[in-house]
Amino acid sequence: MQMHSLAFDISHTLAGGLVLISFMMLYQDRLYSLLNVFALHAVVLALSVAWQAYIQDAPHLYITAVIALVFKAIVIPVALHRIVKQLGIHRDIESAVSIGLTMLAGMALVALSMVLMLRVTADADPLAREDLAFALSVVLLGLLVMVTRRNAVSQVVGFMSLENGLVLAATGAKGMPLVVEISVAFSILIAFIVIGIFLFRIRERFDSVDVSALDDYRGERR
Amino acid sequence: MSSVVLQISCVAGLLGIAVLAIILSRAKTSTTIIYCATTAVSLVALFGSIRFLVGEAPNPSGLVLPVGLPWLGAHFRLDALASFFLVVVNLGGASASLYGLGYGHHDPAPHRVLPFFPAFLAGMNLVVLADDAFSYLLCWEFMSLASWALVMAHHRESGNAKAGYVYLVMASFGTLALLLAFGLLAGPTGDYGFAAIRAARHTPYVATLVLILMLLGAGSKAGLVPLHVWLPLAHPAAPSHVSALMSGVMTKVAIYGFIRVIFDLLGQPIWPASVVVLFLGGITAVMGILYALMEKDLKRLLAYSTIENIGVIFASLGLALAFQANGQKLAAALAFTAALFHVLNHSFFKSLLFFGAGAVLTATGERDMDKLGGLIHRMPFTSFVVLVGCVAISALPPFNGFVSEWLMFQAVLQSPELPQWALKIMVPAVGALLALAAALAAACFVKAFGVTFLGRPRSTAAETAHEVDRYSLSAMIILAALCLLAGILPGLVIDALAPITIDILGGRMPIQANEPWLSIAPIAESRSSYNGLLVMIFITLSASLSVFVIHRFASHAVRRGPAWGCGFSDPTPAAQYSAGSFAQPIRRVFGTLVFRARDHVDMPAPGDVRPARFRIELHDLVWEGIYLPIVGAVGFSSDRLNRLQFLTIRRYLSLVFATLVTLLLVLAIWS
Repeated sequence: MQMHSLAFDISHTLAGGLVLISFMMLYQDRLYSLLNVFALHAVVLALSVAWQAYIQDAPHLYITAVIALVFKAIVIPVALHRIVKQLGIHRDIESAVSIGLTMLAGMALVALSMVLMLRVTADADPLAREDLAFALSVVLLGLLVMVTRRNAVSQVVGFMSLENGLVLAATGAKGMPLVVEISVAFSILIAFIVIGIFLFRIRERFDSVDVSALDDYRGERR
Repeated sequence: MSSVVLQISCVAGLLGIAVLAIILSRAKTSTTIIYCATTAVSLVALFGSIRFLVGEAPNPSGLVLPVGLPWLGAHFRLDALASFFLVVVNLGGASASLYGLGYGHHDPAPHRVLPFFPAFLAGMNLVVLADDAFSYLLCWEFMSLASWALVMAHHRESGNAKAGYVYLVMASFGTLALLLAFGLLAGPTGDYGFAAIRAARHTPYVATLVLILMLLGAGSKAGLVPLHVWLPLAHPAAPSHVSALMSGVMTKVAIYGFIRVIFDLLGQPIWPASVVVLFLGGITAVMGILYALMEKDLKRLLAYSTIENIGVIFASLGLALAFQANGQKLAAALAFTAALFHVLNHSFFKSLLFFGAGAVLTATGERDMDKLGGLIHRMPFTSFVVLVGCVAISALPPFNGFVSEWLMFQAVLQSPELPQWALKIMVPAVGALLALAAALAAACFVKAFGVTFLGRPRSTAAETAHEVDRYSLSAMIILAALCLLAGILPGLVIDALAPITIDILGGRMPIQANEPWLSIAPIAESRSSYNGLLVMIFITLSASLSVFVIHRFASHAVRRGPAWGCGFSDPTPAAQYSAGSFAQPIRRVFGTLVFRARDHVDMPAPGDVRPARFRIELHDLVWEGIYLPIVGAVGFSSDRLNRLQFLTIRRYLSLVFATLVTLLLVLAIWS
């Protein structure tokens, strides 16, 4: 009983930490620091998945954890670092929506997902319940990052953190086949490659990765 | 071979013919081959369904084909009701194919008609046979699409593209309504088989919604006012034998759908339902025939007259609902039989009249009645059979139209026995509307026949017209003979319809075969009876006698004198009584209210030599009051929504995000 409670507390902490790091992402206005926070996000996700693998006694989840660690915590942040450096935008400061407002919106979203998930899954396993609620918060916060940023690189980071929320939800639910997780991981990798190529194409053409350049190109007023 | 298998094989044959038509599309003989084949297959299906209907105790037989959704299959079933509508469909199909054997040779683009014609027939057969909602809707859409392709056969003629578009929009709307209706019927269990729907109990709330949706769905296909707007556009746009099928048969398939759902699947009706159906039926009948009276295009006139007949049929069905809701089985069976009898009759004479209009079109190239006239001398056979059709549709004895309308009025006369005061008052009022519609229909067809076939030719095309080919004529003659036969032997038809009323309503009309001298007595002989044969003998004898008397006793001397020219000596043919002038009194009486009709006379001042001008202003209030505002609203909102095409990426993301959050909020608040 004691063990179960401890397992619950640890996974709760890790998932909560993921939400907290999502909040941290909201107020990073430098690209490098944003990437660092994202790497941290992925590390916590890997820990959380590994913990789930341990308490659910599901060894295949270790593979998921390793994938998360290798790709999301190391490969993708490093690659994005290099892209930012090559593009020469590491000094850019973003200011689409004010930080205070974004934080408030984020809190509202977390509250919403808590209320919703705890009510909808009233008769589910408490571990899965908390997990799902946190996962939904992470997804919504990732979307918020995408919406409040102008820079294409930070939109990519928002997308990746959203995906982390999905992985969290998937591992929290028992019996999710490994194939699904691996294919999700690979689709993210491919999306990253495609987006990376597009970043350079956009840059070549418009001298900027600020997506508002695209809108200017289309002759739109904002 | 069981009956349902025979019917399905016929459908498969028709689909095969459609494929064959695509292969043969450019061959010269394709018209003959395809129409011969469809005639043969339709005849087989026709005799199969007649044998099923009048054979002893028609037992429903079902068939499940492993096509369609993998776990569901396609269910088909043949029962008495379906077999009756199969008779209507295949009789229409066979006669239209026979007519097409001659008419099809005048078609400028046969390859645009031939593949879709058998497909259309197959679609209508399948709708009637379908026994689960999924196959029903699929076949319904197949039928609609095939008929749409036929409407668009001559797509370069002016107005046809618009007709096709309006038809497509209304057909999609109707199918949406049907989809929702079947969704409601299937309920949360989601069993779409008709057997399961029939077995389930439906709450009054669901039943009311289903009734409304069926009125919208089946009504838009059948042509209930105000959903009729596509019908006078699309029916005339198709080649004439297809117009006959669309008007005479496809509208009946829609009525089949209505009967199947409302009478069969929903179970015991509630009486307020009948009020709605009665009201819509009465309004449709009067509006349809008033539209027809204002029309001078022959085929459009016929299409509007179809709307009137649909109104009559729906009013009879409403009566049947009213009696059934009160458990008066005999009266319900009477009204229901009247409706089915009228379905059969209308398919006879409306096909016949559309064939006649097609013959006139072939001979003169004109649909405008004001450019026709005097065709009785040039096309005597066509004129005669069209006259038969006009008399039958005007509900004059001894033809079939009279019998079904007479039966319907017998049912109206049963209304004092209804317990609800609303119905006691409503039914006679609707009866009065129907009587008005019947009288106006007679006026309308006097106009249609008189202006087209009598008088002097108003154009050179009408002057040089020739009789049409034998195939077209034989199709028309067969239908005219059927009109007469059903008129003088109504007892046979009523007895053949009895299994259906027993199936659907659980009651039947008295057996008519025992009545002496082929008369029919709907309730009891002491109340009322009708004998078509005696009426015909009397009409024949008295007419022959008066002709004999006139020729025997009147002067034989032929006198030549100046014809009375209505004040115009040596009038041009254009100065004859025209379609517009014939309808003028009725336009004055009803048109000022219903169409806001105004006559504008532009009389030049004395001494001015320019011609005087007379112009009639008519407004289609249904189109202007309902459809144009909807079109305007759709246009306005799409103009506004057009901006959504040109948002920034972030705005799109924000829209997705906002939608997601809103949906989650809704869930959070209402779950």
